[in-house]
Amino acid sequence: MNLASQVKYLLKKELLLEWRSKYALNGVLLYVVSTIFVCFLSFVSVVSLTWNALFWIIMLFASINAVSKSFLQETKGRQLYIYTIASPFALIISKTIYNILLMVLLTVIALGFYILVFDYVPKDLPLYLVATVLGSLSFSTIFTMVSAISSKAGNGGMLMAILSFPVIIPVLIVLIKLTKNAIDGLDRSVSLDEIGLLLIINVLVMAVSLLLFPYLWRD
Amino acid sequence: MHKMWWKILGSVLVLYATIAGFLATVPELPILHETIRNLYFHVPMWFAMIVLFSISVFYSIKVLRSNNPLDDIKAVESVNTGIVFGILGIVTGSVWAKFTWGQAWSFDVKQNFAAIALLLYFAYLVLRNAIDEEQKRAKISAIYNIFAYPMMVVLLFVLPRLQDSLHPGNGGNPGFNSYDLDSRMRMVFYPACLGWIIIGYWIYTLLFRLRSIDKNSAL
Repeated sequence: MNLASQVKYLLKKELLLEWRSKYALNGVLLYVVSTIFVCFLSFVSVVSLTWNALFWIIMLFASINAVSKSFLQETKGRQLYIYTIASPFALIISKTIYNILLMVLLTVIALGFYILVFDYVPKDLPLYLVATVLGSLSFSTIFTMVSAISSKAGNGGMLMAILSFPVIIPVLIVLIKLTKNAIDGLDRSVSLDEIGLLLIINVLVMAVSLLLFPYLWRD
Repeated sequence: MHKMWWKILGSVLVLYATIAGFLATVPELPILHETIRNLYFHVPMWFAMIVLFSISVFYSIKVLRSNNPLDDIKAVESVNTGIVFGILGIVTGSVWAKFTWGQAWSFDVKQNFAAIALLLYFAYLVLRNAIDEEQKRAKISAIYNIFAYPMMVVLLFVLPRLQDSLHPGNGGNPGFNSYDLDSRMRMVFYPACLGWIIIGYWIYTLLFRLRSIDKNSAL
């Protein structure tokens, strides 16, 4: 079987598993919604700078929870089974695509709810949406690889946070800068640098993940 | 004796840079005054750190190809040495900042990002502690090291250029070489960089030999 069809089958398997239990989506969605609500109850009204930072902090923790399960959840037996039938490239690509789909859906719903609850709309909403999509893309590519590393290392959740925070901070800084431009309604040509940098970071992370995952996978 | 020439060179260079750094004439500039001499100590620390982390990545790649435990020790010992140089870089920078910018930690972007870059490598060490099995530890930590390296490069070389910084050469500040790194200072600065890099490499080889003896006597 070639790579493309392997990716297709593995992605189908992920989506089917998710569709049957709906655990990840519903669980994380509830997590995000309740966090936003708790934030609203404690802040009530916020200035735009805090609004932006708060959104990314909420999304950071939600995405760690959502993505970390992608490898941690798999049992040893199932991992061995997939190892025998599929190539490691197909596995990491399918996992990443699944996480991107999950994260984009999650972030867009979360953003809608966040805007609704706090009753605040960024001046340049389309740019803000682009930024959130880019953000969920970066979160999923980075966290997928880190969750693979931490699942191989044994003790999951704690290690996941320690390993991923220093890696995600540069991305988060660029994202906050980009979204602040969107909130202030600056001219879009100002933000091209940040968008380019985020895309470059994503390509870099994807390339490094593809190169390294086969070594990680082979036990 | 012929194998030791670079150690002698390194010691002589560092001795020369220290003595000349304190005694040679420097340009008289407002605000900086005599603290400009810190240039000979603060900047070489970062160069040495970058070189040591690059050595570590080189050996991490070798670990993945060869599975040689000695390469793993080389990778971790160069990270250990690099972290010491990074901490020295932050400390010398803080002392300098105290006298020129007014406070030891000015929340300058470069200060923050250097601290985060060190966090990456602390995470690497924590990851190593989390895994007991030696072969597995070598492989997984090598993968994380290679994964983290591009992020460190982004943190230290790309992101500071996008934001304003108090450091020379950023945010409208003129670079050092434009006015105060005149030919007299270059005569000390370049030897200092080379000398500290060599000393860093020397410390790393000593640590590596110590660890490999430990390992052999344990067997």
